[in-house]
Amino acid sequence: MSAATTPSRARHQLSPARRVQNLVMGGLIVLATAIVVAPLILIFAYLIREGLGAMNLDFFTKVPAPEGETGGGLANAILGSIEMLAMASVLGVLVGVSGGIFLAEYPRHPLMPTIRMISDVLAGIPAIVMGLVAYGLIVLKFGFSGLAGAVALGFLMIPIVVRTTEEVLKLVPQTVREAGLALGLPKWLVTLRIVLPAAAGGIVTGVMLALARVAGEAAPLLFTAFGNSQINLDPTKPMSALPLEIYRGATSAYDENQRLAKAGALLLITLIFLTSLLARRASRRR
Amino acid sequence: MSKRTASPRQLSSGSDRVFEGLILALAAVIVLVFVLSVYQLGTESWPALQKFGLNFFTSRVWNPVTGEFGAAAMIAGTLVTSIAALAISVPLAIASALFVAEYAPKWLANPVGYLIELLAAVPSVVYGLWALFVIAPILGRWQTNFFTSPENVQTLTRCTELWNNNQTSLECFFVPSSAAGRGLALAIIILTVMILPYTASVARDVIRLVPQDQREAMYALGATKWEVISRAILPYARAGIMGGVILALGRALGETLAVAMVIGDSQDILKSIWGNASTMASVIANQFGDAQEALHRSSVVTLGLSLFFLSVVVNYVARLIIARLTPKGIQ
Repeated sequence: MSAATTPSRARHQLSPARRVQNLVMGGLIVLATAIVVAPLILIFAYLIREGLGAMNLDFFTKVPAPEGETGGGLANAILGSIEMLAMASVLGVLVGVSGGIFLAEYPRHPLMPTIRMISDVLAGIPAIVMGLVAYGLIVLKFGFSGLAGAVALGFLMIPIVVRTTEEVLKLVPQTVREAGLALGLPKWLVTLRIVLPAAAGGIVTGVMLALARVAGEAAPLLFTAFGNSQINLDPTKPMSALPLEIYRGATSAYDENQRLAKAGALLLITLIFLTSLLARRASRRR
Repeated sequence: MSKRTASPRQLSSGSDRVFEGLILALAAVIVLVFVLSVYQLGTESWPALQKFGLNFFTSRVWNPVTGEFGAAAMIAGTLVTSIAALAISVPLAIASALFVAEYAPKWLANPVGYLIELLAAVPSVVYGLWALFVIAPILGRWQTNFFTSPENVQTLTRCTELWNNNQTSLECFFVPSSAAGRGLALAIIILTVMILPYTASVARDVIRLVPQDQREAMYALGATKWEVISRAILPYARAGIMGGVILALGRALGETLAVAMVIGDSQDILKSIWGNASTMASVIANQFGDAQEALHRSSVVTLGLSLFFLSVVVNYVARLIIARLTPKGIQ
C-alpha cells in the first residue's frame, strides 16, 4: 500500500484497524445512548400500563381506603402537595429571587462571595438532611405539620431559584440599566421596574424548574409533613403529599395501596414532565 | 456593574439604601439556613459524638437494643454504592453526551438530550417503585436459578460458612446470599440510572464548547471521527467532565429513598453484592422516625451531619474544578 500523498486521499486509505475502531466506537456510543434513555421509556411505559386504569374520578376525589379494603384515591395527597408547594414557593421565591437580585445587581458588595458560595453549597445538600434540619427547627417545637414540610421544600427551592435568577438578570443588557439611571430613576426603581420585568420570563422558568424538582421529594417530608390518611388543609397539622403516598404504597404489602402508588407515580411524573417541558419552551422563546 | 457615578446620589441614596438593606436581609436568609442547619445537626448529634467519639465512624456495631452505634457499615455501603454506580454510569454518560453533541443530527440530538434531562426529573420514589416492582423480580429469578442449580451447591456451602463467621471473599462477594432481588446490586443499578443525567448534561455542555478548530485541525490531518473524539475533544473537555462526575458523586452519596426502598436495610458488613446492606441516607430514612431512644436519634442525626459535610466538600470540589480547571471560555 503506497503512502498517501494528499489529506483527501489519506481518508480513503484508512488502515482497516483504524476504520474498524472508528466504527466500533461509534456503534458503542449509539448503544450506550440507547441504554441511557431506555430506563425513562421503560418507567413511563410501566406506569401507564399499571397506573392509568386506576386514574378514575375516585382517584382524584377520595382518600385511600383503610388497609386491606379496595377503592379510594389520593385526594389527600394531591391537595397536600398543592398546598405545601404553594407555601414552599412563597419562601423559595421571596428568598431565592432576592438572593439572585443581590448576586447580580450588587456584585461588589463584600458579602456577595459568601452568599454565592453558601447558595452553591446548599444546592448540593441531600434533601433528607434538609428534612432533619426542618425536623429540629420546627417539628421538635410544634409537632408534625404541613408547614414544616413546606419549609423543608422551600429550603430546597432557594438555591435553584437563586441560580437561575442571577443568570437571567445578568442577561439583561447593562445599557438598559444605564438608560433607567440616566432618566434619574433611583437604582431600586430601575431594578424593580425595568430589570426584573425584562427578566421575568426566565425567573418564572427557574421557579417552575425548582417546583418540578421539589414536587417529587418524599425524603424531607417523612419526618416533617409526616403524611395524613385524611384530607387536611390546616397547615399546622400533619399533611400528605403525592411522593409520600407513593413511598408508602410502594413499600406496602397490599395490592390496593400498590395500585394507588403506581397511579400516583404516573400523575406525579406526568405533571413534572409537563412542567419542565413548559419551562423549557418558555426559556427557549426568550 | 453598579456605576454609582451614573446615579444622581442626592436624589436616590435614601430609598436605595432601604432597598439594598431589604434585599440583603432576604438574601441573608440563605446564610441563616446554612448556619441553622449546621447548628441544628451539630447540637443534635453532640450526644452521640460525645459518647462514641471517632469510634462512631469505625465501629461496625449498630445496635439500638444495646445502645451501641457505629456507622462503619453504612459508610461502607454509601461509598460502595456510590463508587460502583459512578464507575458504571460515567462511560455511559460520556458516550451519550458524545452522541448528542457529535454524532446525532439536530432533529435527533434535541429530543435525546431532552430525554436524558428528564431522567434527572424523575422523582426518587418513582425510581424506587420501578426498581422494586420491575427489576427486583428479574434479579430475584436469576438468584433463585443460582440457588437451585446443583453445580453451585459447593460454592454456596463454602460461602455460607464464611458469611456466618462475618467474613467474605472476593469470590463469595458475587455469590447470591438471598433470593429477594433486593440488596446492594439493585441499589447500585438504580443509583447508576439516577446519576447518569448529571454527568451527561455537564459533559455535553463542555463537549459542545470545545472549539471547532480543534476538530477541523484533526480532520485535516486525516483523523477518523473516533480519533478526533479521543485525542482532541475528550482531553480538552476532561476537566469539565471531571466536575460533572464529582457532581454526580455528590448526588449518589445523598440519594435517599430509591436506595432506602431497595437496599434491604441491614447493618451487616457487605457480605455479598446480592445481599442486603444500608447507606447513611437510607438509615436516616428508615430509622429516624422509629428512633425512640435519645442516643439512637442522636446517632442517626450524626449520619445526617456527616452526609452534610461530605456533600459540602464534594460539591465544593466539583464547582472548583468546573470553574477553575476548564480552559478559558468554558464554564
